[in-house]
Amino acid sequence: MKVVVTSTGECLDSPIDPRFGRAASFVLVDTVSGAITTVVDNRDGVEAAQGAGVQAAEAVSRLGAECLVTGHCGPKAFRTLQAAGIAVYTGASGTVADALAQLAAGTLERAGAPDVAGHWA
Amino acid sequence: MSAPAGGVLPLAAAQADAALVRELVVISGKGGTGKTSVVASFAVLAGNAVLADCDVDAADLHLVVEPEVLERHVFTAGHRAVVRAPDCAACGECLEWCRFDALVTPDGSAVPEVDPIACEGCGVCAALCPLHAIDLEPRVCGEWFVSATRCGPMVHARLGIAAENSGKLVSVVRAEARRAAARSGRGLVLIDGPPGIGCPVIAAVTGATAVLLVTEPSVSGEHDVERALALARHFGLPVAVAVNRWDLCPEGAERIEAHARAHGAEIAGRIRYDPTVTAAQLAARSTVELGGGAADDIRAVWNHVAARWLRGGGHGGGGSAGPGGAGTGHAFESVSTITASPLCVAVR
Amino acid sequence: MIVAIASGKGGTGKTTFAVNLARSLEQPPQLLDCDVEAPNAHLYLRPRILGAEAAGILVPRVDAVRCTLCGDCAELCRYHALAVLRTGVMVFPELCHGCGGCALVCPEGAITEELRPIGVVEWGVAGDIELVTGRLDIGEAQAPPLIRAVKAKARGDRLVVVDAPPGTSCPTIAAIQGSDFVLLVTEPTPFGLNDLALAVETVRALGLPFAVAVNRAGSGDDRVHEFCAAQGIEILAELPDDRRIAEVSARGRILVDELDHVRPVFGALARRLVELGDRRPPTLAAAGGSRAEGRR
Repeated sequence: MKVVVTSTGECLDSPIDPRFGRAASFVLVDTVSGAITTVVDNRDGVEAAQGAGVQAAEAVSRLGAECLVTGHCGPKAFRTLQAAGIAVYTGASGTVADALAQLAAGTLERAGAPDVAGHWA
Repeated sequence: MSAPAGGVLPLAAAQADAALVRELVVISGKGGTGKTSVVASFAVLAGNAVLADCDVDAADLHLVVEPEVLERHVFTAGHRAVVRAPDCAACGECLEWCRFDALVTPDGSAVPEVDPIACEGCGVCAALCPLHAIDLEPRVCGEWFVSATRCGPMVHARLGIAAENSGKLVSVVRAEARRAAARSGRGLVLIDGPPGIGCPVIAAVTGATAVLLVTEPSVSGEHDVERALALARHFGLPVAVAVNRWDLCPEGAERIEAHARAHGAEIAGRIRYDPTVTAAQLAARSTVELGGGAADDIRAVWNHVAARWLRGGGHGGGGSAGPGGAGTGHAFESVSTITASPLCVAVR
Repeated sequence: MIVAIASGKGGTGKTTFAVNLARSLEQPPQLLDCDVEAPNAHLYLRPRILGAEAAGILVPRVDAVRCTLCGDCAELCRYHALAVLRTGVMVFPELCHGCGGCALVCPEGAITEELRPIGVVEWGVAGDIELVTGRLDIGEAQAPPLIRAVKAKARGDRLVVVDAPPGTSCPTIAAIQGSDFVLLVTEPTPFGLNDLALAVETVRALGLPFAVAVNRAGSGDDRVHEFCAAQGIEILAELPDDRRIAEVSARGRILVDELDHVRPVFGALARRLVELGDRRPPTLAAAGGSRAEGRR
């Protein structure tokens, strides 16, 4: 399964970035191999005045991810991910490896709605 | 370490936000009701707050608290188009596309120029020019400052003349103020909000702990406080109202308070008309530093608001910053009912 | 001729001056209330409403049948109002600024535009004065498109008074640009002076002729007068700091109707502005009409 995790860095032991739209980067992981296959720098999203969540969701969709693991997800990002058929898991913490373990163990919440407001949260 | 020009905090700073920092925003709807004067007095009464002057268009708080600027940062937002005249063939297509009347042909010139004040930075002309003769450049819109005052740290800004007043600079000021609070162990940010109900106000109130509406008992004050109250409620925020100069029209003050109660707001108190308020401004002091009737009334309003929302932890009606500083439970509860969550970079 | 009433600081008395000036002009004008976030002129004029219409921004509508998911529209959009996914194109109308770029760039002609309302333009009459009011919907972020819709109602057959929003940023610019003259209303306090200086910079950046009116004269000190003298700025009118004036205004009444000592102030102001209008060079008259407000 292809999973995207919001991250501060490009390794499995990088701490995750709990934000989605303003995350520093996205790492695409193949859960079969457990390896990171792609890293996307989200600098544009960090700097964007608006629509960062939309842009991030598009980026995740282009990566072909089936699910997203992050700390929080705002309203526009959520709508976009939902439209793209990507499952959203919030509440992750620790490193990228930790987040993947939390996903596998089923301790993360499958989000049915955004859990933060938008606007530069 | 300061925020990049985009104003978004690096992660470590965002995590520092997770420490409980409360934000009280003072807005008014209509301008000129006394909100900045009230915030200046609150700064003195709080004793241990960070000040955020989010009225970035016409900032006045600095005139009373006299900040010493410690850091100065350039603020960029959006873009503007620039025609590379030597590469332009004067085909005139861009003039047809521009929705904002920003491309003009000065007398005697076939090559168009971009009017930087009208230009929205939408990028259509740059994207579609058949000769790629138009560039889109980032736009420097103003500056923001971190300063020290006799009341505590202060973050303020100056938006450039005719600049876009999106919520972006307001958001930068708020984020830096929260960061200054977390870093210095202060638990409170006092925000002097902008007038109106548009972009900048939305950016000032979203995710705050509570909103205080300072208004005046005139028909326009009544009318505008209704709109400001609707906005605060639209974002699901706890709101209190204080009528300033209430004795100039007691019936108006009553009507405002009745309306406020009927729409889920509390009454934080009333402030009487008092020439000391202007005298204080002339002396570059806050009203409470000079004393008098209005000073007593302002102190009572402060005590109400502070007791209600700004002390202790998690009382009913209070909010707490979620992880990553991502806004209060109150703001979130109404997310599903907000169909428009507008924050724009180029407000034209 | 278009006269805009503006100020740096809010609450200095723009609407008071706009309304009382409108009542004092020999030929009844059109008054355009462009303070769309907090419109107040109607509270004093109490117009008989004749009509209203929604105003808004043109946002994209994507025809899913024609769309090939090429992504050109999203790539052009600087506001991230479009998201192109495998499943189709999502539009975020609240982020859209109505630039029209997506419709222009779509190779399949799959994008048309529809109006997203952001507020209302309402018009009516109060005696012989025609009042046009813009009112922004709560929660809407963009004032300028509505301001432009209000200004599109300006008619060339009479003098137009524009009540502008406070400040110096884009809503104020949208309201005052294209005017023939700007009257900056201020008060003689440190806040008033600070914001007047910003407003002066703004009108100078726009190249608009302007002058100052001082409200609540005597309530503060002389720094505003000194500033105007030093800058060579004409003070066209002054209202004293008078509790009667404050109370009449607070009750939503018009000063020139109720206070004898105020009437001549606005009479003189009206005459002086008409005089300045008659004297203006032809190029200004052209500039006043050049902004095509009704284009969208």
